[in-house]
Amino acid sequence: MKRWLMVLPLAVFLVMAVFLYRGLYLDPAELPSAMIGKPFPAFSLPTVQGDKTLTQADLQGKPALVNVWGTWCISCRVEHPVLNKLAEQGVVIYGINYKDDNAAALKWLAEFHNPYQLDIRDEDGNLGLNLGVYGAPETFFIDAKGVIRDKYVGVIDEVVWREQLAAKYQALVDEAKP
Amino acid sequence: MKRWLAAAVLGLSMAGVAHAAIDTYEFAKDGDRERFRELTKELRCPKCQNQDIADSNAPIAADLRKEIFRMLGEGKDNQQIIDFMVDRYGDFVRYKPALTGKTALLWFGPGGLLLAGIVVMVVIVRRRRVAPADGSDSLSVDERQRLDQLLDKKTDD
Repeated sequence: MKRWLMVLPLAVFLVMAVFLYRGLYLDPAELPSAMIGKPFPAFSLPTVQGDKTLTQADLQGKPALVNVWGTWCISCRVEHPVLNKLAEQGVVIYGINYKDDNAAALKWLAEFHNPYQLDIRDEDGNLGLNLGVYGAPETFFIDAKGVIRDKYVGVIDEVVWREQLAAKYQALVDEAKP
Repeated sequence: MKRWLAAAVLGLSMAGVAHAAIDTYEFAKDGDRERFRELTKELRCPKCQNQDIADSNAPIAADLRKEIFRMLGEGKDNQQIIDFMVDRYGDFVRYKPALTGKTALLWFGPGGLLLAGIVVMVVIVRRRRVAPADGSDSLSVDERQRLDQLLDKKTDD
């Protein structure tokens, strides 16, 4: 009994040390999204091109990435070529132009190529607010039924895609197959 | 004198910089202003962590203040507004997290540790108090004689 008590402080110390050590490598800016498992919020917004009005129903049918971006967002520029490449490979990507100047967005899309199958124009940031967006770029993974299944905050580069995200997208694609 | 005055004016003008996050909202009811203040103090900015949304200059915090103002105007109560935020940003946005299975450790952990500390202390103190009674301080006859000798010797010196 006494012996057992003597190793107790050591045991407590070791447990704390493991937790604190792990804590060193956690990114506090990475928040778990409250939206995972919920359907994509309802919206009715024009396209960036201004040719029609989109609603959440337009995002259903195929598993897809929904990328939140803006021309004011410097890291979006880094991400953009990667999205272009993914779109070329057949990944379905929808874009939300978040709190942006529409003319600037049009210019950006013309200049850097448009990887998005649909361009949602969220000038007031209401859709972004309903999605719990707190910065850009953010990318949501939705399944064929339009339910949010995952979220990635930050720039998607090729390494991130290959090592973390490709498998998640593939799982959604496989799930959608009959 | 003039120099002091200049310094004072400069100091006063700089004081304004510290309160940069000021929006102008006109509240319909007087109580709403107080509730707005309370809510923006209790909700945390998702972007600039460790700041509440009343304090933060981040665009997202300004959006959330606007949203809270809108909901107050619609007559929503505090719980509805907090639920709205938690639905979107998760428990993270609350400085006072709700009491759930997940947050129980957060709420009761410190108290539990304090209690454990008190228990350990009581046990140790009790043991010490009991210890002398088991005869460990009573000396044998030889020992007592020797002690007296030593003490006497000391006083003789």
